[in-house]
Amino acid sequence: MRISYREAMRQALHEALANDPRVFLMGEDVGRYGGTYAVSKGFYDEFGPERIRDTPLSELGFVGAGIGAALGGMRPIVEVMTVNFSLLALDQIVNSAALLRHMSGGQVSVPLVIRMATGAGRQLAAQHSHSLENWYAHIPGIRVLAPATIADARGMLGPALADPDPVVIFEHAQLYNMEDDLRDEPNEDWACDIEHAAIRRPGSQLSLITYGGSLPKALDAAAELARDGIDVEVVDLRVLRPLDTATIAESVSRTHRAVIVDEGWRSGSLAAEVMARIVERCFYDLDAPPLRVCSEEVPIPYAKHMEDAALPQAAKIVAAVREVLNV
Amino acid sequence: MATVARFEIGFTRFLDAEGEATQELPAFVLDPANLIPLYRAMQLTRAFDTKAIALQRTGKIGTFASALGQEAIGVGVAGAMRKEDVLVPSYRDHAAQFVRGVTMTESLLYWGGDESGSNFSVPREDFPICVPIGTQVCHAAGVAYAFKLRKEPRVATCFLGDGATSKGDFYEALNFAAVWRAPLVVVINNNQWAISVPREHQSATPTLAQKAIAAGIEGVQVDGNDVIAVHDAARKAIDKARAGGGPSLIEAISYRLGDHTTADDATRYRDPDVVQQQWANEPIRRLRNYLARIGAWDQEKEERLLKECTEQINAAVEAYLAIPPPATTAMFDHLYATLPATLQEQREAAQWFASRDGGGSHG
Repeated sequence: MRISYREAMRQALHEALANDPRVFLMGEDVGRYGGTYAVSKGFYDEFGPERIRDTPLSELGFVGAGIGAALGGMRPIVEVMTVNFSLLALDQIVNSAALLRHMSGGQVSVPLVIRMATGAGRQLAAQHSHSLENWYAHIPGIRVLAPATIADARGMLGPALADPDPVVIFEHAQLYNMEDDLRDEPNEDWACDIEHAAIRRPGSQLSLITYGGSLPKALDAAAELARDGIDVEVVDLRVLRPLDTATIAESVSRTHRAVIVDEGWRSGSLAAEVMARIVERCFYDLDAPPLRVCSEEVPIPYAKHMEDAALPQAAKIVAAVREVLNV
Repeated sequence: MATVARFEIGFTRFLDAEGEATQELPAFVLDPANLIPLYRAMQLTRAFDTKAIALQRTGKIGTFASALGQEAIGVGVAGAMRKEDVLVPSYRDHAAQFVRGVTMTESLLYWGGDESGSNFSVPREDFPICVPIGTQVCHAAGVAYAFKLRKEPRVATCFLGDGATSKGDFYEALNFAAVWRAPLVVVINNNQWAISVPREHQSATPTLAQKAIAAGIEGVQVDGNDVIAVHDAARKAIDKARAGGGPSLIEAISYRLGDHTTADDATRYRDPDVVQQQWANEPIRRLRNYLARIGAWDQEKEERLLKECTEQINAAVEAYLAIPPPATTAMFDHLYATLPATLQEQREAAQWFASRDGGGSHG
């Protein structure tokens, strides 16, 4: 069955709403409008205004309300329109959602799912193009997911809702229109693991480690390199907290080389964390210093030619791989 | 110009500073049996505060926030809640928490650095103390919305201070709770001080209650030193919320007779003479005078009550001191439902570090 990332996410949400009365969706324009990225289209009519709750422009407030409702026995899904606006809700996520289990001595848990679009590449300019997944991945007490395939878009939400702890899901805005075959699952159970990284393309000469919106670019780069006889493995982190160090280390200790692709800014990036873990675990297995392909450390430009130049691209990835392999 | 809307804020007081009725009292007051538990709870809170400060000064607990002079607010509101309602407290609300069934030993554990003190044995659905300012109003609106979604006749009651009404969280929560008609009662303990910043430097509005008007809900002001006025306003607001009438805001005017916390020294920024004058308004003497006037209280009863409070508090302190401090690894215990593997390694490292000198202490 060939479907889009958007449709996969929509099906996952629909399933959750239909099967569990504790689940409700809230956020800006999720109701009549059907979601800024049309992920909740049709839900307002089907599930009603109380379960598909349009909120005032109030990120701090409605993320906090999601926390309160989660403590009150519900399974809220809060849609923050984009990661850019989630900055207003950081206090609620960092100081409350991540900490209330601890602060209550285990009396409460916060079974809250927060979804948000992330990333650049659509000419939305500096204030609407952030990739701040690493900020969230920094915080103990939450789980951070970055579905980058149709199967993960379809399968991560269910386990995220079943998780007794808060889960933040990053949906890269450039992935919504991506289409692929959704594998047929027995009993239509698409639930997937939210613990591990995945090898999306096996290879032997270098590990290309990435996540989210950069995955298609990394796969394109790997395909291009393959045409020149260079065999690259592509690792999709999938889960940004807790990071699956074992899969990263296993891959790099086998290929002996690594390039990390991360749309976040280089300094203090997730790519830096992955590189640190590679050095800690695989130092003596490395045949060359690892490299990073990140966004240039500039405000993401509005003009297309500059935006393209600021972001990781397949050509930049190919060049980095060739540099590490010295070919 | 046409007037398109007009608003007013009412102020309610039933007992003046001397405990004289200033107007006809509400029906529940006519039976003193309804007032004595409120009096008792205020006295217990005050005695607990005295003890807790002494425990802090002797290193037995950490920083502590006293409710001195503000006992009527927590007691009056919590006494109007039903068991199945949910309290969303800030850090100065142990008066309300004790009425709800949180034990004094649990409170001491909390202030002593043991998070298990927030795992309440009785009000299992009450929220833990919220230390950040104002964020809990959003949580309270959320749990109230959960009640509404499930069509449960329950109410969330949330406390905050006067300083917190300057926060965006407070405005945002009132705004959407009003749109959603969530069963929420928000109570401002206006004790006149946000640490060292006085009320008039916090907000130019003549009342804090009028901030409700911006959200389209009812806001009232009461004398927070008059437990009857607090209790009466809380009952009305809670009943209204339970009946589907949506949220309300209550501003209870009190005075912080003590320091902000034990980490503060208020003599550095406020005139002790002014504080001394405010003692004339405090809530306990006021209710005692009233009860004595109607013949429901006397010196013997007072002495017996104070003795009981002391005994109860001493027993709670003894129980607290007998509980060993949490293991160093407890900081990992309630981070996730299941600790991720990478944190397991950090937990083991903490265990190794702690094993070098064996155990810690409270506070």
